[in-house]
Amino acid sequence: MQHYDSIIIGAGHNGLVCASYLAKSGQRVLLLEAAENVGGLAASREFHPGFKVSVAHTLSHFSKKIVDDLKLQEHGFNANQETLSTIGLDLNGNHIRLENGELHGVSDDDAKSYQGYRILMQRFADMLKPFWLKTMPRIGMNNLADVMTFAHLGLKMRLLGQRDMREFMRVAALPTRDLMDENFDSDLVRAMLSWDGHLGSKLAPRSPNHAVLAMLYRMAGEQGGNHSVPVGGMPGMMHALLSSATANGVDTRTGATVERILIEANENGLAASGVRMADGETFLASRVVSSADPQRTFFSLAGVENLEIQFCNRIRRLRCQGYVAKLHLALEGLPDFPGLDDCRGRMIIADGLDAIEFAYDDAKYGECSEHPVMEVVLPSVHDASLAPEGKHVLSAHVMYVPCQLKGGWNDDARTEIRERAIDTLEKYAPTIRDQIIHSEFLTPKDIEQHYRVTGGHWHHAEFAMDQILMMRPTYEAAQYRTPIPGLFLCGAGSHPGGDVTGAPGHNAAVEILK
Amino acid sequence: MTESDPYAGERLKESAFHPRQAVLNIRNAWASWNGYKLANYYYDAEYEYFCIRNQCGTYDICPMQKYRITGSDAEKMLNRMVTRDITKMALNRVTYVVWCTDAGRMVDDGTIFKLGDNKYMLTCGSPCGAWLKMSAFGFDDVSIVDESDDIAALSLQGPTSCSVLKAMGLHGIETAKPFDIRNFTFHSGTLMVSRTGFTGDLGYELWVKSELGLELWDDLYSAGADFGIQPFGEAATNMARLEAGFIMPGMEFNEALKTVHFEHDQTPFELNLGWLVDFKKPHFNGRAALLRDYERGPRYTLTKLDIEGNKPAIESYIYSNRSCNRQIGYVTSAMWSPTVKANIALAMIETKELRGELFAEIYYEKELRQYSKVAKCEIRTKAFWTPTRARATPPPDH
Amino acid sequence: MKRYDAIVIGAGHNGLTNATYLAKAGLDVIVVEKNDYIGGASVTRELHEGWFYSSCSYVCSMMRQAIHRDLDLSRHGLILVPYLGGVSFADDGSTLLAYHDADAAYLELKKHSPHDADAMHRFHADMSRYSQLIRKTLLRTPPDPTTFRIRDFRELLYLARQFWALGERELYEYIRFFTMSAAEFLEDYFENDLIRATMASPGIIGTALGVYSPGSAYVLLHHVMGDVDGNIGAWGLARGGMGAISNALAGALQEHGGEILTSAPVQQIIVKNGRAVGVALDDGEEIQSRIVVSNLDAKRTFTQIMDRNDLPPGIYEKAKNFKIRGSSGKVNIALSGLPKFTGVPDNRYINRGGQVFLGSLETMERAYDCWKRGRWSDDPFIESVIPSAWDPTVAPPGKHWMSNFVQYCPAELADGPWTAEKRDQFGQTVIDKIERYSPGFKDLIVHMEVRTPHDMENEIGLTEGNIFQGELTIDQLLFNRPFPGYAQYRMPITNLYMCGSSTHPGGGVSCACGANAAREILLDLRRKNTVPEDDFYDE
Repeated sequence: MQHYDSIIIGAGHNGLVCASYLAKSGQRVLLLEAAENVGGLAASREFHPGFKVSVAHTLSHFSKKIVDDLKLQEHGFNANQETLSTIGLDLNGNHIRLENGELHGVSDDDAKSYQGYRILMQRFADMLKPFWLKTMPRIGMNNLADVMTFAHLGLKMRLLGQRDMREFMRVAALPTRDLMDENFDSDLVRAMLSWDGHLGSKLAPRSPNHAVLAMLYRMAGEQGGNHSVPVGGMPGMMHALLSSATANGVDTRTGATVERILIEANENGLAASGVRMADGETFLASRVVSSADPQRTFFSLAGVENLEIQFCNRIRRLRCQGYVAKLHLALEGLPDFPGLDDCRGRMIIADGLDAIEFAYDDAKYGECSEHPVMEVVLPSVHDASLAPEGKHVLSAHVMYVPCQLKGGWNDDARTEIRERAIDTLEKYAPTIRDQIIHSEFLTPKDIEQHYRVTGGHWHHAEFAMDQILMMRPTYEAAQYRTPIPGLFLCGAGSHPGGDVTGAPGHNAAVEILK
Repeated sequence: MTESDPYAGERLKESAFHPRQAVLNIRNAWASWNGYKLANYYYDAEYEYFCIRNQCGTYDICPMQKYRITGSDAEKMLNRMVTRDITKMALNRVTYVVWCTDAGRMVDDGTIFKLGDNKYMLTCGSPCGAWLKMSAFGFDDVSIVDESDDIAALSLQGPTSCSVLKAMGLHGIETAKPFDIRNFTFHSGTLMVSRTGFTGDLGYELWVKSELGLELWDDLYSAGADFGIQPFGEAATNMARLEAGFIMPGMEFNEALKTVHFEHDQTPFELNLGWLVDFKKPHFNGRAALLRDYERGPRYTLTKLDIEGNKPAIESYIYSNRSCNRQIGYVTSAMWSPTVKANIALAMIETKELRGELFAEIYYEKELRQYSKVAKCEIRTKAFWTPTRARATPPPDH
Repeated sequence: MKRYDAIVIGAGHNGLTNATYLAKAGLDVIVVEKNDYIGGASVTRELHEGWFYSSCSYVCSMMRQAIHRDLDLSRHGLILVPYLGGVSFADDGSTLLAYHDADAAYLELKKHSPHDADAMHRFHADMSRYSQLIRKTLLRTPPDPTTFRIRDFRELLYLARQFWALGERELYEYIRFFTMSAAEFLEDYFENDLIRATMASPGIIGTALGVYSPGSAYVLLHHVMGDVDGNIGAWGLARGGMGAISNALAGALQEHGGEILTSAPVQQIIVKNGRAVGVALDDGEEIQSRIVVSNLDAKRTFTQIMDRNDLPPGIYEKAKNFKIRGSSGKVNIALSGLPKFTGVPDNRYINRGGQVFLGSLETMERAYDCWKRGRWSDDPFIESVIPSAWDPTVAPPGKHWMSNFVQYCPAELADGPWTAEKRDQFGQTVIDKIERYSPGFKDLIVHMEVRTPHDMENEIGLTEGNIFQGELTIDQLLFNRPFPGYAQYRMPITNLYMCGSSTHPGGGVSCACGANAAREILLDLRRKNTVPEDDFYDE
């Protein structure tokens, strides 16, 4: 039987990136994916004949280093992605637009404030940037490299200068509402600019301690926080990653569900030695790397009996309930948003900070708001292959839809919330309902089931101050190693976190190859 | 106490044996344990202590926590929690165990009773339901039921204890080896007897449904009348356990989950309980940390001391020299042992200092005046009092 | 005309403490107070004949006993009496009684959840650990991590050492605790909603955060880190009402030669050549001094009693953005007898403690949701205390005085400004809720005083009536309080200082802010320090 150096569980983008790096360094790597396609949440599926879509619909900060290291461009990834403008939809058609670092359709004051705001936030983002692609060491400081990482962070903060360093220490914990109030007058501007601080999370504009860091994280890419749809869409991106992995010698198997991570005991304790598949087959390896979320990895795959009690408790209490649903519409044609020239942008439906806050309020109690807020993209505008000619796909992140709905999810509940989302869309695109050929609504519960992500949380764990950096997912597993020797993490539940960044996969590979 | 007692909520609970014990508590000397009213002593602590060593006595262990752990994952779950390999336990046996945090610090100690396949009872001194629940997380089939208030338990300790049980009609009890469990039909239910105890002497612990508590008491006391049976309280228990070298939470160790300051809790190795840690068994909680502690050697070691003179070294410091300028440890429990006529103590002492000389600085009072003296300490490796009757099967008659 | 060494604006507990320590160092000090009484929010007044209302703050736990002892406040009339017991009421009327005795407390919790009764031990150990760390910072000046000064570096090192002493695991747990919500933090310990809600309730008192808002766990800690004689988390009453604290401080101040001028509202701090040189009162009088210390909150100091042109650029904006949100109301009631509460035994130790009408975590959070929408909840969170059950001096014999602290009450209503009518409606909402748990309660009411954030601002000058003089969120704590770079009590104008709760360590009748500011002032004036070091119980 073949013995691998590394087995990677899950061929989402992080699993693919990690596998490629390991294979590139000469390891024999087996990549196992339960679904029929690679890509995880970024994989495209046909949700209606001829119409394709993926849960993750844009890229904002995929690491350029990974693109270069893995030669993704040679494998068909087009770096000349079109940057999406962000559009704040207004009920009266006075939409605002953020494009190429400038705000349009807003007051002069806000446009001017935005320039100062953007420069400062970008300085903070740039300061943190090196640390997203680096393992954050435990505060224990075992070796010089660890000390250097902290020294580096300290130096970077110092280099901001006294004034900006002070401002950073204040702003880092600020709720977006305060940050926006301090800078902007228009509520629509505030809502639009704070959006990336909340997208995918369970918190809202008045919640301190998470959103600014989330925004800075999303601003860490080459595009300064702008979103884009890569050429060929997200499927094109996943294809490039797979192609690169294959070229590097990764043995990828889809439709291969891992049931259990094999853990053997020796006199030194335990060690991961391979995996057992759902069909009973086993694969042996020197190490197992899981891109599944921490709860799934530890509880379903490794088994609590192989772990420590308090460690398990810390993983259990990770906040990882998803609050974003996906609305997918197959449309007869391009929808008409009065007041909007084209549908190439990323449209945000939230007419103010309160709209976001109040939608979140309902979700706190396991309910769904009557007025959901959402982010809308038409991927087929950027990649014609996603829909039959002339027809289009609309993909929306609908917030806040709780994974644990009061009374539980069923078809009626799903239909009701879907209709609410479409009703909301209709307010901005009055004719859209007539254009719908087919609609699909994936609740966080559906995402949990389809994509094997606990809680249906895209980021595998909430991006909050106590669940990032050397605390992600918890301090004994934040350096990609876990308490079980030979078992590693490489998914979004590890530093730096979610979104299609490839960073956890990259960092895990670096750590494994050390 | 009546229904309308406005202070009912904050009065201590009374155990199943309380009606009888209240009558016998001549001194009204009550203490509390886990919310139960418990005698500190009934008449005279030293007199009660000698019942344990000379005849036999009963100690109310109703307040002790009892958890019934069942389900197909019960053994797996418990074995991962405690440091001993309980898969080796035979049916109807009891074993002494400790369990630790991830960092190898002692959460608590207790005993596990194997009552059947994947049927266990865990007993311990303070509530540990929250820890059990945390430990059971992730196991599909484990049920943990707190039976503390449903089981009445009485500890019967002393040289005549076996005779009393025989007189009570528990046939064959003399064949029970230490840590054995025997079940007997008892009135409308079952009486479970385990040959266990906390006194280091011959003794048994008796377990029945709470409703049968008074029947148990009455049967036991009528059978024991000729064997000098007496109730004893916490004070006598504490004396007996110290002679036996047994540890107490709050004295020898701080329960890890209740410890505020870093490493002010203890590892089993520090408490000289290394024999309870089985590195060959399947994975258990704290293993990696305990292995480190084992390989490095514990910083402190709980040591049994025989101290010169007759002044108990209560709350004394231990020094490495007679001039007392290098403190190397502290006494956790100390007393004059009436049985072995020695001034005994348990002390936490820096492991590396154990080879040298040890001195205790003892404070004592004489008619309100405070005195201190320095006394030389000898290390004892065995329990101060280990009568052969405690281990003999069948035990001698008296 | 006389020129003082120091003028302290505002005779609240921190202003008085500050002035006393300056006077003790030999400075010629005057405290100017806009009201005709002293005390600020730590005040007791006879608002109805025979009843002495502590209208604002009503219980005490944060008071630094090092200051109490150092200033000999007991001799000046201050006696702090711990109060025992208390009841939390759930929506369905079920109760959780708080007993002082460990066994009784355990048995009561066990009735609700055996699991939680056990978990409470771990919770207490963890909270003690967190409290002990934060308590070490109370009587210290926060370091500025952005400078290279030796003193800042030394203080940072001190903090780092305290953190380090937690051990690795607890260090991460501490960060987690510090940044998360009270309700979610408690999920790690407790299962029962009433127990969770009871333990979470200190996390919302006085703050514009909900139990589910990240950061509320710290507010919780802020309320339980105090102590009475070493019992961390215990609360006490000042005999004679909270005004006794201010009066004792005033006694100490006067003994050291300090002066207090009441009915003297400051119109403006006078700045000449970039230096604070005195204050101009509303009546036109000017008082000159070498330094000026403001006990007012940061927002009020910089946006109301200073000329914007005197301020360096950016300070006005910082002050404007300073978060000081009105979120609490207060209903003070004179009662003709001790109210009885349904389902609560007639137990003197319980009935005379506090009553917390919390409902559930959801009820509390929904009350917060109402606040966000600019209204008060029909089912508000109320924390009540009946000090007269312990203290014979605040109400006539047999009669009682009840303090009801209400969360939440918006500073600005969505449907227009506060009016007397709306205030009455708010008061009515509160007593309606209490009546639900205590039938016949309303019949006992002799007199009632309702205070909205609006009233508190107008009367005692707390912006929006925020009891902490500024939200206790990370962006406004420690070296960020009130603004980054100005956390060491020195303000951007030479010779201008701040000593109120807007500065570290924040709100609560601790007197620590005033004492810390005095230490910094004396350092600048090259005087001998008169401020004592704190004493701790874990050393």
